[in-house]
Amino acid sequence: MGERFEPKILMFACNWCAYAAADLAGTSRMKYPPNIRIIRVMCSGRVDPQLVLEAFANGADGVIIAGCRPGDCHYIEGNYKALRRAILLRKLLEQLGVESERFRLEWIAASDAKKLIEVAQDMVEKIRKLGPLKVVREVGKIE
Amino acid sequence: MSEGKIRIAFYWMASCGGCEEAQVDAVSDEPSLINILDIVFWPVAVDFKKEDVEKLPDKSVDVALINGGVRLSEHVEMARLLRRKAKIVIAYGACASWGGVPGLANLYSREEILSRVYSEVPTVYERDRKPMVKYVAEEGVELELPEFLPILLPLNAVIEVDYYIPGCPPTPETTLNALKMLLSGKIPPKGSVIGASQRALCDECPLNATKPEKILVKKISRIYNTRIDPGKCLLAQGIPCLGPSTRGGCTALCPKAAMPCIGCYGPLETHIDYGGKVISFLASIIDSKDEREIARIIEEGLPDPAGLVYKFTLPASRLRLNLMKWGGRSV
Ligand code: SF4
Ligand code: SF4
Ligand code: SF4
Repeated sequence: MGERFEPKILMFACNWCAYAAADLAGTSRMKYPPNIRIIRVMCSGRVDPQLVLEAFANGADGVIIAGCRPGDCHYIEGNYKALRRAILLRKLLEQLGVESERFRLEWIAASDAKKLIEVAQDMVEKIRKLGPLKVVREVGKIE
Repeated sequence: MSEGKIRIAFYWMASCGGCEEAQVDAVSDEPSLINILDIVFWPVAVDFKKEDVEKLPDKSVDVALINGGVRLSEHVEMARLLRRKAKIVIAYGACASWGGVPGLANLYSREEILSRVYSEVPTVYERDRKPMVKYVAEEGVELELPEFLPILLPLNAVIEVDYYIPGCPPTPETTLNALKMLLSGKIPPKGSVIGASQRALCDECPLNATKPEKILVKKISRIYNTRIDPGKCLLAQGIPCLGPSTRGGCTALCPKAAMPCIGCYGPLETHIDYGGKVISFLASIIDSKDEREIARIIEEGLPDPAGLVYKFTLPASRLRLNLMKWGGRSV
């Protein structure tokens, strides 16, 4: 057996809910897997699908966009925008060979540190089973 | 450029011939060009051989215009040869620039493609079924045929490219703009897209005046079963028109003919990934907050996102580009 695969997972967390939940998890000394790297964004609706593709291109094995629950968005509708994009983006990713489990959208309330941790743990487990992202089959070399 | 003449070479790789048509059209629009173009290589029309190019001194060709994607070992060889002989190499058209339509084949492996084409389709004869690199012709002559590469690559994956002329094919106007720019001696920075606009297609589209500030639709329509109003912005009618994310320069040919832009002039400089950009604005026009309803609208109106958003750019897309190792360099 080789070394255990430690997936790299990027989470875009909205400032008002998911990031606040991560903060709460921290101040309450709750533990979550170190595989998750969090980038704070003002709103889940601001996460351009180009950035998700960029994250995968730069070596992320999984990407999570975490925003406020429906109806709770600080900017009223940003999370619905995220939802529309996520559904279309997931379909595209699947066509490109990125398994659907590698990209998810989650609603996490500011007070719900527990959910944040559950999502993180579940994601790490699932991606560990899938292994590293392998979009392109071996293509060989030319000379 | 010597004696007021431009020594020019044309080459086609995995190409449909449309780019050649466009080049001929451009010269027909500006016949005075004939007098200054000194054609040294043009496989589609003139009987020069590879040896003729090999015999030319290095850097003795002013410009090489190369179209089509890199799909065969022969394309790699010829592209490298032309790179040695030419001062300026231009990727001409969508295929050479980002892979183009034939680049969609990268959604499948070489084995899948060959098996489909040579075994599964019912119209092929048994004797023609196997693609081969070594082949003995009827006269007994042994031939070595080029290899079908594992994936299709844009030109800049195998050689350094100086400029890009976008389009499928580039319009004669775009082609002439680019040639005139080079002739004027106003040399743009290496890697520039030339002959086209620096702004999005919507900016030059006559229907832009009818485009509302915010578009929201309950249905994304497909053109085969939709009656399109030719006087109204197509996106506002729920037709996926890629004008907002596509480089201008074609004078909005498709929307002017009541057809959506499918993105053949490719991305603008500010884009990270063309397909991601399209996903971003297309999803935003869906007028629903309900997950099931959104999924249904997408399923019905956008059944093949990859074919739509990467119709011309899949081999150069951010995800593919970075993860592919080709000939020791990341492309
Ligand atoms: S860019 Fe378009 S016209 Fe030119 S070779 Fe490719 S498919 Fe044909
Ligand atoms: S029809 Fe297409 S190109 Fe023209 S304004 Fe609308 S979206 Fe833009
Ligand atoms: S409208 Fe779009 S698809 Fe049509 S020629 Fe122009 S850039 Fe190409």
